[in-house]
Amino acid sequence: MERLRRTMLFMPGNNPSMLQNAGILGADSVILDLEDAVSLTEKDSARILVRNAIKSVNFYNSEVVVRINPLGTEFGYEDLDVIGRVKPDAIMVPKATEADIKSVSEKLDKIEEEEGFEKGSIKLFALIESAYGLENVYSILQSSDRIIGMLLGAEDLTADLGIKRTREGEEIFYARSRVATACKACKVAAIDTPFADMEDMEGFIKDITRAKSLGMTGKAAINPRQIDTIHGVYAPTEAEIRYAQRVMEAQEEAKREGKGVFSLDGKMVDAPIIARAQTTLNTARLAGLI
Amino acid sequence: MKIQKPAKAGTMESNDIYIMVQPNDEGGVILNLESIVMTQFGNQIKTVIMETLKELGVEDAVVTAKDRGALDYTIRARIETAVKRGM
Amino acid sequence: MKNILGREIPEFVEGYGKVKPFGGAFNNLGEVTKKEVRVKSAVPGETKVLSTIREAIEKCNLKDGATISFHHHLRNGDYVLNMVLEEVAKMGLKDIKVAASSIFPVHAPMVELMKSGVITGVYANYMSGPVAEAISKGLLKNPAVMHTHGGRARAIESGDLHIDVAFIAAPTADTYGNINGVEGKAACGTLGYAIPDAMYADRVVAVTDNLVPYPACPIDIQQEYVDYVVAVESIGDPKGIVSGTTRITKDPVGLKIAKMTSQVIEASGLLKDGFSFQTGAGGTSLAVAAYVKELMKKKGIQGSFAAGGVTGYIVEMFEEGLFRSIFDVQCFDLKAIESYKNNKAHQGMSASMYGNPHNRGAVVNNLDVMILGATEIDVDFNVNVTTGSNGVIMGGSGGHSDTAAGAKLAIIVTQLVKGRLPIVVDKCTTVTTPGESIDVIVTERGIAVNPRRTDLIEKLKTTNLPVMTIEELKKIAEDMTGKPEKIQLDDEIVAIVEYRDGTVIDVVKKVK
Repeated sequence: MERLRRTMLFMPGNNPSMLQNAGILGADSVILDLEDAVSLTEKDSARILVRNAIKSVNFYNSEVVVRINPLGTEFGYEDLDVIGRVKPDAIMVPKATEADIKSVSEKLDKIEEEEGFEKGSIKLFALIESAYGLENVYSILQSSDRIIGMLLGAEDLTADLGIKRTREGEEIFYARSRVATACKACKVAAIDTPFADMEDMEGFIKDITRAKSLGMTGKAAINPRQIDTIHGVYAPTEAEIRYAQRVMEAQEEAKREGKGVFSLDGKMVDAPIIARAQTTLNTARLAGLI
Repeated sequence: MKIQKPAKAGTMESNDIYIMVQPNDEGGVILNLESIVMTQFGNQIKTVIMETLKELGVEDAVVTAKDRGALDYTIRARIETAVKRGM
Repeated sequence: MKNILGREIPEFVEGYGKVKPFGGAFNNLGEVTKKEVRVKSAVPGETKVLSTIREAIEKCNLKDGATISFHHHLRNGDYVLNMVLEEVAKMGLKDIKVAASSIFPVHAPMVELMKSGVITGVYANYMSGPVAEAISKGLLKNPAVMHTHGGRARAIESGDLHIDVAFIAAPTADTYGNINGVEGKAACGTLGYAIPDAMYADRVVAVTDNLVPYPACPIDIQQEYVDYVVAVESIGDPKGIVSGTTRITKDPVGLKIAKMTSQVIEASGLLKDGFSFQTGAGGTSLAVAAYVKELMKKKGIQGSFAAGGVTGYIVEMFEEGLFRSIFDVQCFDLKAIESYKNNKAHQGMSASMYGNPHNRGAVVNNLDVMILGATEIDVDFNVNVTTGSNGVIMGGSGGHSDTAAGAKLAIIVTQLVKGRLPIVVDKCTTVTTPGESIDVIVTERGIAVNPRRTDLIEKLKTTNLPVMTIEELKKIAEDMTGKPEKIQLDDEIVAIVEYRDGTVIDVVKKVK
């Protein structure tokens, strides 16, 4: 199913109230988190709760993604084994390397076979949050065709780089550009790092806009109240939609009249403009704007 | 599956259930349940707990449950966690 | 017998009398006669100021079996009701009926007096806490009578509820009985619920902790209605009277419900110049106001009035020019009190003007949109806000039935499931407000429109909102929670739920 991934909402994996309401908050994807949101002593508890939630809670139209613990910890593989068997839409692999992605993918091959799921049906998101990961983004993307997107984790990344994380985010300009470009090359989603300060609405909108302008296709949310704002920034404006519709109408007309090239408002319309118009209309349709 | 030691799982947050399991040397399952929805769902909760214990193969246990309006999936998860921790 | 909603009610209830069954929200209108009022004329030179509550009780010649009344503007900070009843008990009076517009946890001492027979009857529009629980357990001799805010005014004016002595907690009173609620350390704003009591009781006693020289302007209740004034140390705890600030919910589910509700209001077509609006003080209700505010600003709409129990948030909308005026029966916070005190377009109103169905027109009749809550709502849209789903009294109509009857669009906003309890049920434990006056229910998982409102159903079809039948909504809830077991109640009736017109919409049974 074709879907938008403008927002991926993190939900703590050991909280029943949040799990059962995760699907009604309007996020395109929800990330049920077994990693950072769960204390070391509750890893077992959250794993079982999330497994049961996937079996019985209605997540409506939200894509269900589970962030497992890093494979290097004692929890990672058990998370994968337990959660894989209830067939979430996707698994998110933290601190991903090529080896991790290959290993998870092979494990999922086995689970899918044992459980009788369609091969390759459980997708992957790679979390890029180290200097290594960033410099190897493309080869990580190439390590499994299960991958449908990447999430840039700027907090851990900047820590790994030993640089300061700022409100303006100049320091992640390169990371965003690199992830966005690699993702575009592989036609997968490029999800931007979450914004932490719930009080700074202006800074939040700037942050989303900056990431979008560099080619990030969506943003992680750590609070449901961020969802509408992100969707607002990613929604095509009425003017953009109208222009795209006119491009398509002009194209239809040109076809009818047997014209190969045509112009709109005195400007030549070429293939990239048509492609952009199609993307705009597709996004608008999926967002329920037209 | 035999409960070897006391173990607990869950919280007292709303929509959760707090479970404590203990060995029962006398045999059988003793269930002490408190719930904010006892009148409307007490029997349903007891059934879910007993079923889950049975599925896990637990025959002897003292189970204390303090329910804050948990749905069945949460009750099952918390029982399973407590039992596995108590093995 | 069964009333028109199919609720089983007796024809006669011991300790209440003959039952007039509810026959529809507007079935019982027409001409009415108001009661005669006994007034003891004041002689020039006579003083109204008495030194103790006991003296006031004696002067009023309070006897066994009498009915005394109180207002609830001091809410859970009220000291006056307990003070008066303590004195009543000390004096050895028995069989007293307490007509308090609302009863809160602070009124717990009433329970002992119910047990000892000092109090044998209770009238209230709302009750929560130990008194409500004790009544549910059958500790009150006669069934309590639950009114609506407008219905209480009606009952007092008609004589259905005769008050022997009204004790009015007065944040400020002068020596000749003029009262206001805006000055003094227990300032609470308007005194709307006390006005029918002042006008129709045989004797009226102002109890104040801010006795000022005559005259105390502004005046909310005039000297012509007040027999005596008693000064006491304190009439209430300001912390329990007003909340410092009323806040919009941060709960994402509540916000989602509020946003959907604002979309329903927009789709209804009522959101245009002259728009009138009322909402409660709860976090979700306030969030609805916040979204409505955004829409009004975007569309450049000025509303005619906001009404109700008034919060600072509504005052802000008013001050920003989004409403021309406010009708205020009760202030919920300091900001509302300030505004009522300082702004002429922030108009106080009595309980009768607010919601009485048997006067020449109540404010609720002019409401476009009313936002309401629910403990349960059944598939016929009947709403329970009186008892919890375990059968114990924990609320009451207040203005629920009044505003639902009057408003063009009465919207129930609620989570579909609260702590495993499905809110949409086959049959309400108790019916407070009839389904015919509820237009739509908005939950985070879906919206159901009363099938009578075919116009609204059509309008909502043009939106992306998840509109479904109420049966579908019920199924979604039960798929999550399972079907609740029916609660077992005793046969004894512990409370009568009167609709605003004085007919009986339901009875509350004793809990086992």
